[in-house]
Amino acid sequence: MDKEIIEHGLTFNRRRFLSRLSLGLGSIALGSLLVPDLFSASAEENDLPTGIPHFAPKAKRVIYLFQNGAPSQLELFDYKPLLRQMMGQELPASIRSGQRLTGMTANQASFPLVGSFTNFEQYGQSRAWISDLLPYTSKVVDDLCIVKSMYTEAINHDPALTFFQTGAQQGNRPSMGSWLSYGLGSENKNLPSFTVLLSKGKGNSQGVYSKLWSNGFLDSIHQGVQFSSGEDPVLYLNDPEGMNRFERRKMLDKISALNQLSYDEFGDPEINTKIQQYEMAYRMQTAVPDIMDLSKESDDIIKMYGSDCMVPGTFAANCLLARKLSENGVRFVQLYHQGWDQHSNLPNALTGQAKDVDQASAALVTDLKQRGLLDETLVIWGGEFGRTNYSQGKLTATNYGRDHHPRCFTIWMAGGGIKPGIVYGDTDDFGYNITKDPVHVHDFHATVLNQLGLDHEKLTYKHLGRRYRLTDVAGKVIKGIIT
Amino acid sequence: MRRRGYYLLLAGLATLYAVDSCKFATSAASEPSIPDTVSYNFDIRPILSDKCFACHGPDANKREAGLRLDIADSAYKALKEHPGAHALVPGKPEFSEAFLRITSKDTSMLMPPPSSNLKLTTTEISLIEKWIKQGAKYEKHWSFIPPKKPSLPKIEDEEWPKNQIDYFILAKQEKRGLSPNPESDKERLLKRVSLDLTGLPPTIEMMDRFMADKSANAYEKIVDQLLQSPAYGEKMALHWLDIARYADSHGYQDDSYRSQWPWRDWVIHAFNKNFSYKDFLTMQLAGDLIPNATKEQILATGFNRNHKITEEGGVVDEEYRIEYVTDRTNTFAKGILGITMECAHCHDHKYDPFSQKEHYQMSAFFNNVKEVGLESVVGGPETYAKKPLMAITDKDIKDVLSFINKPDTSRLIVSVMGDNDTLRKTHILNRGSYDAPGEEVEAGTPKSILAFDKKYPKNRLGLAEWLFDKRNPLTSRVFVNQMWQEIFGKGIVKTSGDFGMQGELPSHPELLDWLAVDFMEHGWNIKRLMKQFVTSATYRQSTAVPAEKLKADPDNILLARAPRARLQAEFVRDLVLSTSGLLVRTVGGPSVKPYQPPGLWELASSGRGILKTYRQDHGTDLYRRGIYTFIKRTVPPPIMGIFDASNRDQCEVKRLNTNTPLQALAMLNDPTVNEASRVLAARLAVEKTSVKDKLTKAFRLIICRKPKENELALLNNYYTEQLKTFKSQPARAEKLLAIGEFPIPDNLNKVNTAAMMQVLTAIYNLEEAITKS
Repeated sequence: MDKEIIEHGLTFNRRRFLSRLSLGLGSIALGSLLVPDLFSASAEENDLPTGIPHFAPKAKRVIYLFQNGAPSQLELFDYKPLLRQMMGQELPASIRSGQRLTGMTANQASFPLVGSFTNFEQYGQSRAWISDLLPYTSKVVDDLCIVKSMYTEAINHDPALTFFQTGAQQGNRPSMGSWLSYGLGSENKNLPSFTVLLSKGKGNSQGVYSKLWSNGFLDSIHQGVQFSSGEDPVLYLNDPEGMNRFERRKMLDKISALNQLSYDEFGDPEINTKIQQYEMAYRMQTAVPDIMDLSKESDDIIKMYGSDCMVPGTFAANCLLARKLSENGVRFVQLYHQGWDQHSNLPNALTGQAKDVDQASAALVTDLKQRGLLDETLVIWGGEFGRTNYSQGKLTATNYGRDHHPRCFTIWMAGGGIKPGIVYGDTDDFGYNITKDPVHVHDFHATVLNQLGLDHEKLTYKHLGRRYRLTDVAGKVIKGIIT
Repeated sequence: MRRRGYYLLLAGLATLYAVDSCKFATSAASEPSIPDTVSYNFDIRPILSDKCFACHGPDANKREAGLRLDIADSAYKALKEHPGAHALVPGKPEFSEAFLRITSKDTSMLMPPPSSNLKLTTTEISLIEKWIKQGAKYEKHWSFIPPKKPSLPKIEDEEWPKNQIDYFILAKQEKRGLSPNPESDKERLLKRVSLDLTGLPPTIEMMDRFMADKSANAYEKIVDQLLQSPAYGEKMALHWLDIARYADSHGYQDDSYRSQWPWRDWVIHAFNKNFSYKDFLTMQLAGDLIPNATKEQILATGFNRNHKITEEGGVVDEEYRIEYVTDRTNTFAKGILGITMECAHCHDHKYDPFSQKEHYQMSAFFNNVKEVGLESVVGGPETYAKKPLMAITDKDIKDVLSFINKPDTSRLIVSVMGDNDTLRKTHILNRGSYDAPGEEVEAGTPKSILAFDKKYPKNRLGLAEWLFDKRNPLTSRVFVNQMWQEIFGKGIVKTSGDFGMQGELPSHPELLDWLAVDFMEHGWNIKRLMKQFVTSATYRQSTAVPAEKLKADPDNILLARAPRARLQAEFVRDLVLSTSGLLVRTVGGPSVKPYQPPGLWELASSGRGILKTYRQDHGTDLYRRGIYTFIKRTVPPPIMGIFDASNRDQCEVKRLNTNTPLQALAMLNDPTVNEASRVLAARLAVEKTSVKDKLTKAFRLIICRKPKENELALLNNYYTEQLKTFKSQPARAEKLLAIGEFPIPDNLNKVNTAAMMQVLTAIYNLEEAITKS
């Protein structure tokens, strides 16, 4: 028995040592962009990411078009004729049934119901109702799974957004993209596995926070790397003025030679890692601008996304860029489009916001489909909560606003093994409560992980004594929306 | 050539460590074997805590089959579901149901159940078996037993130790057949200690003086000098600012400006004045409650108001007020007590003996603040601090708060602590939810740590007294461990924020206890503690990583070599600025906005408040130490994040230390580094010295040692090459020399200066430059 234990221990130690080594070399070879601090890794053995899914994945990559500020479901996807009929009438207490209100409408004397200013029609084989504000989306409706029964717990932007992105309303937890990077590793050795793109509409805006793409307690290799379509697509990527590629190469060779001398003296493996990281930085300097270069895109593609896609920093440009990053193996491309917070002046502002995103969102789905990539790419579109069925502030014939509403809202998903051409879940005629198939934020996370071949209960990381999950202690896979 | 050198080195090492490696082979083989006496605390509890307590532990609501394995009585008594059987029968594993279940071949009986994704290893099972055989004796969790000062362990090599620390370190190494590295060369040692105590590299004058000083106490003299430097307070403050989640904005979505920096100035002042840890902490926790509190004492309580405060219109006030109370409770628990109290926010702690009630009892100390959840939305200067607040007048600064570096005469307010006259009631919040109050509770502390003595007032002042009660098992251990971590790279308890059952066990428990008691016995004297660390032989070893030691102890737990570590983010900046002569040594004052890539604040902003656009500073404010760089919480300075700085969202006790390509890009392309190279090149250019002398001087400034011949040759070749290139491409030289705002003389030879600048950028990018080696 003792001998067996000794042998077990020896193999264990050997394996532990080798696996740490091979994790390092492997991640260079297999393509994690950044190599963890091998010999002081904070993770324990069984917490190290395997890079191997728990079961056969349906999707390999995600593109998440986050609509920051909370778009109104009642003007876009959730068609409620009753609200027009009851325009100006008070929200029945039986419907509200104790829902807490934000401080913005808590003191409002009345809650007048308000119907959508814009019209809806049914499209596609699924006969889904889509608003006139989304003419392009309505054409790809048979590729979409429209979930009308999303709900959340938070009623304010910061906690709601943080909840959607990290699975907790407060706290410095890893972002969804970081979890995927941790669970699956990277597919491209020259690009980070989790990238972030920001854009802004003209509507009332709520900020975004780098905490949303933070690695939390995971190793910082899993941090979202912000790409911008400006001059420096990745921070500090560009050589300074007066430097050129040839001279940079020469400098790196000198640095490497001197670092090698240092390694010869100290034998610290970190020095070798550093040499590798400088090489990777150099490769990134070539790979990233290649991807950012949209000049090789065909006219058809540009037409499909709309001419805005050639204007850096627009949502359309970011959608096109998202396709290119995803196509090149970036696991998780996170877009944020700000400006959806229509507490007032909704008809006007929402029209502008919808116009910003409609064409490019639909184009992204079509583009991926044409390339045969939609099957393995999960596209998600949606905000952090919904909006109330009653008007915030004064209701006039042509103008109104809507407050935050956590109890029901709509998102859509496409590709990546999600059932196309269905509408999932339903809400009551007031558009206030879910009547069928509720989907909680934790369920949504569990389902996304599931599509990528990850069991949300098994994808854990031990930190400060507790095994954390993206789904915290809840969440179930929504079987009804997966193929 | 390079390769051969490498092999020669390896061959040399092989001979050198041949003896050791033999010894190691035996000890490694015996390492995972079962010890003669199995210890509950060190061998068994980690297994039970990790694999069993989630269902059979302290959390009453999640307990399965009524069985508790964390308490002896409960584990010994008849099972609720099978009264004929017992989970543990001391001495008899074959009759112990727990043992039978963990070894069951029947998966429906097996524990932990396969559905939990947890599994026991064969070693773990054997340990449990032997422990039961030896009587299944329970012990109180090690960190909840007050430390006693152990006697120094016996060692073979009595020549080596320089102070008590070394006895503990060496004893462990000898047991494992390892021996310490030789002492580091003087140049590297000086760099290391200078960075560790001041966050700045030594000057050439210091290097020359130290190298020339052959006296026995030369090193001690340098240490004393560094401890007296005002930079010491800045260095020490950084870790504390992480714990205190200090920032220059309110956080949350609009994330507008707050003027909390006078509190930061106080922290630097307190470290420089060497306040005892007891005074330092008491003032921060309860300065406002000290009878006849001074303005300084009240300012110190800003500690508990550094948390994020919302300015989002429309939030539910109470939800956020509770959030602030929770944040203070968690910061106190994690940063000062080293426990994970947040786990008991919604339910009883699953691993540690803290009930949900105890969490709320502790939060009661922080629940009486005269504050609201949403005081105001983004606005003018009156919103830069939230009530309770303290105004600091120019007269205050002249009279009593002279350490505050206020550059102008504008009104200055700081958020501080202040309690309601009538006690606000504290309730247990069901599921941690602000709108589900349950049982009312009074202020108290977890009794497994130390029950709150009746003699203490039930307020924050009483809480501070409780912390410094001789019987408190955690306060000293946790702080000493954090300081150890900052100097030696990782704590004696690696999980410095978790001394509970799920935390790691101390690598050197006796050393930790010795240090903790010694620290208390010597009046919680922080400078003395730092001096003990850096004057130990353990600290003074070389950082070389012999292959044998890497194999034997890859994580360097036994410290048979000094740890090599990359500098923390702020000190990378400090090194670049100070070695180029750009650093402005002003202490304190409002935070500054140095170069930052454009558009970051603008793109992420809600468009409200004075922080919606980044207005970069100019002149001397571009060259301040990293600790003064402005931290907007939602978009913290990117270069700091790239080097693992805290985003100051919540209390952080330990930073990661990563090595990434983004760091390479930052060092190569950040204008700060390029400007430093340019300015240093210009300074060297006006000196009437040879190229080799200039290169040597630059290398000494940045790497802090004289270059070896082959290093100098490489640099010299590079310079000659660059000179040739720039002669044929003078336009490139012009462009390079335009980086950054700091002026250099017009009459310099641009080609020479640009060539030198390139070489200096290369030196800044050497691994050794930003490494304590």
